[in-house]
Amino acid sequence: METKALIGEKDNSNWRELKNKLFFGTVVVLATLTISPILLIVYTLLSKGLKQINFDFFLKVAPDTLQAMTAVRNGEIIPGGIANGITGTLFMVLIASLMAIPVSIVIGIFLYENQGKKYANLIRSLTDILQGVPSVVLGLIAYIWIVQGVTKGFSALAGSVALAIMMLPLIIRSTEETMKMIPISIKEAGAALGVPYHKIILRVMIPSGFSGLMTGILLSISRVLGETAPLMLTTLGSTTVNFNITKPTSAVPLQIWEFYNNPNMIDLVWSSSLFLMAFVLTLNIIAKRISMRYS
Amino acid sequence: MASEKIIKNLLKASSVIILLIFAGMAYSMIKGAIPAFKEFGLFGFIFSTDWNPTEGNESYGALPFVAGTVITSLLALVICFPLAFSTSLFIAEYYRKTKIATMLSTLVDLLAGVPSIVYGLWGFYTIRPLIAELGYSGQGYGIFTSGLILAIMIIPYATSISNEIISMVPTELKEAAYSLGATRMEVIFNVILPNARSGLVAGYILALGRALGETMAVTMLIGNANIIPTGLFSPGNTMASVIANQFGEADGLKLSSLIAIGLLLFAVTAAVNAIGKVIIRKYA
Amino acid sequence: MNEQMLQVSNPILSIIDLSISYGEDKYAVKDVTADVKRNAITAIMGPSGCGKSTLLRAINRMHELYPNIHTKGGIKLNGDSIYEMSTTKLRRKIGMVFQRPNPFPTMSIYENVIAGYDLNGSKLKKSEKDEIVESSLTDVGLLDEVRDSLNKKGNFLSGGQQQRLCIARTLAFKPDVILMDEPTSALDPLSTAKIEDLLVELKEHYSIILVTHNMSQAARISDNAMFMYLGELVEYDKTKKMFTNPRDSRTEGYLTGKFG
Repeated sequence: METKALIGEKDNSNWRELKNKLFFGTVVVLATLTISPILLIVYTLLSKGLKQINFDFFLKVAPDTLQAMTAVRNGEIIPGGIANGITGTLFMVLIASLMAIPVSIVIGIFLYENQGKKYANLIRSLTDILQGVPSVVLGLIAYIWIVQGVTKGFSALAGSVALAIMMLPLIIRSTEETMKMIPISIKEAGAALGVPYHKIILRVMIPSGFSGLMTGILLSISRVLGETAPLMLTTLGSTTVNFNITKPTSAVPLQIWEFYNNPNMIDLVWSSSLFLMAFVLTLNIIAKRISMRYS
Repeated sequence: MASEKIIKNLLKASSVIILLIFAGMAYSMIKGAIPAFKEFGLFGFIFSTDWNPTEGNESYGALPFVAGTVITSLLALVICFPLAFSTSLFIAEYYRKTKIATMLSTLVDLLAGVPSIVYGLWGFYTIRPLIAELGYSGQGYGIFTSGLILAIMIIPYATSISNEIISMVPTELKEAAYSLGATRMEVIFNVILPNARSGLVAGYILALGRALGETMAVTMLIGNANIIPTGLFSPGNTMASVIANQFGEADGLKLSSLIAIGLLLFAVTAAVNAIGKVIIRKYA
Repeated sequence: MNEQMLQVSNPILSIIDLSISYGEDKYAVKDVTADVKRNAITAIMGPSGCGKSTLLRAINRMHELYPNIHTKGGIKLNGDSIYEMSTTKLRRKIGMVFQRPNPFPTMSIYENVIAGYDLNGSKLKKSEKDEIVESSLTDVGLLDEVRDSLNKKGNFLSGGQQQRLCIARTLAFKPDVILMDEPTSALDPLSTAKIEDLLVELKEHYSIILVTHNMSQAARISDNAMFMYLGELVEYDKTKKMFTNPRDSRTEGYLTGKFG
């Protein structure tokens, strides 16, 4: 062994450190660029959408173009609101939830109870694939099944079915993940006391995983709240408030789609978007709060 | 115990719903698409560029929309990669576990909460006019505008997966490189990237899966032209946007063609997602 | 108190009034002053959390990788302040071996040994690389064991072999000082013995600073030893003297197993 001098390399350390700094600078610039759209979107929605938000916005249905045009010409705010959209959205999401939540939780528990089994793995893979299916395709499915097959026309039910299929995989997987996080000892404690199996699930597993289940449910609702494509194909829209599941129904995103290219209605469109975004974000925040508080 | 058995069977029975949904989806879509495939042939439909709804002369083909989907999605991926990767480096490497990283990742997560239609609206009124001013496309509609919005939309998915993959690279390896005199950039390119490669690839494949099926924002920005895009600023249609754009007035053969396009889209996204998931699973 | 510490003439490394704190006032290393002997093994001992690892990492400035760390005082390598050098240059002169063997899993054995040069963007001829790889692997006694699999990834190697590969990676630079952070704590006794023999051979050409949890290891192979407690350098002396006749009661307590 001999200590010999380094082979004749050039000293490149200054250049390397400069490159290092330039790269860091690029990273910072690009990261800043990445978050700029969300800031711009929020800013645009707030600056353009706030002025139409008033009581009428929540209580009255959308005006017709003529009313809106008159108001715009006179420099007034557009009369009316999006009550037909808000009620439609809430109505369809409620029905979708009623259809999707109980089934999803049960399937989620099934997957948890059958870890590593072939059939359960198949179901899990199919659930994953379902989660990746574009929502517009689910709209087509609900159109074929419900609009053509059941209600013989555009209907709230068809929209709800499309939304429910979207919610299924989200809740199934979050239920399974939640169950996996519950210490097995809790389950065993129940079993050791001779508690019957269904009671362990109902009285032990579901309550201990409650916050996880809630988080999954809220996130899935917030995902489908803003969905537009499946509703375009299934519920069409309506100018009045409708709570009949066999009839066409409006929804907030549908109203945005309907009016976004209409200069007379654009103020209302910005307000609808602001409302929709605020609604979605609020649900997201509540979901995160719940999961943080209990975990 | 009898009750245990009943419950277990109930659980199993519930899972059949997933099978039924799948079988039903496949059945209904194939059945709905068959008239189009019969009329034009499977490959004739996929590779035809016709889109002619004139009665008596009807002819439909999917190629322009397949092309539009592939081009906008790949463009989105190309735009998304430097942004999402830099953001992940910021969050999971440079400012790992600091407040500013948490703030940044919260903001990026917010992007995932913006409904597609709001992206479309925002793009329509802010991005489109900017593109129009560039002067390459009259009103600013087209492939580039759609690709840009899609890129923004998939950033949160790409970023959150990259974050996880990058933070999984063992500290010992990074320290080994630092102890040999490497700069941070050299550590990123020689240690983090090679170790995270397959995970990152899977992450971007899953993000691609999202882009392929995005509907509303693209529908509002792509220009609704049933042609194979001729350039970066050319108008076009994607598989998803043509369904959204043309569905309202569709029946008969046209409806069948749209369902056939939906079936194609379903198959493509399912395949892309499956590939991404398989890589991720191998990696983890 | 310093006059009670070991005095070293022509030291390779001088640590001068070094204090390192996390945040505002949590000191990991407090007012440490010590000279490190050339071509010798200097052990740093102490209970976990005493600051020995932080002290070691301050010597090649690895501690700066983590945010919120304040460093006061100085360290001189052959009389030059290391805080005035670039870290890229410094870390070629002061190599480091870690607790757990950490060869790069994406690189072959050959690439691992030459990794320092490659990472530093040095353009070496193939013959130069071959020579460095061969001599480094010879120095750690690994060449015969891996001669036929130089281009394979190193994950089939045993823990001890991997650690010797990591030492070879460090030797490739012919550093002045090698820092070792409990290099045998993850290894079996046989591999440990091999590495200890290797260190004793290496000190002929290198100065080694060895953080160890293992008192008998320090006793077996080190020439000088430092004992740290709560961030302070309590005692620094010839190893033999410290083990037979510790000056400080805390050192004695540690060496006799009263705490640690």
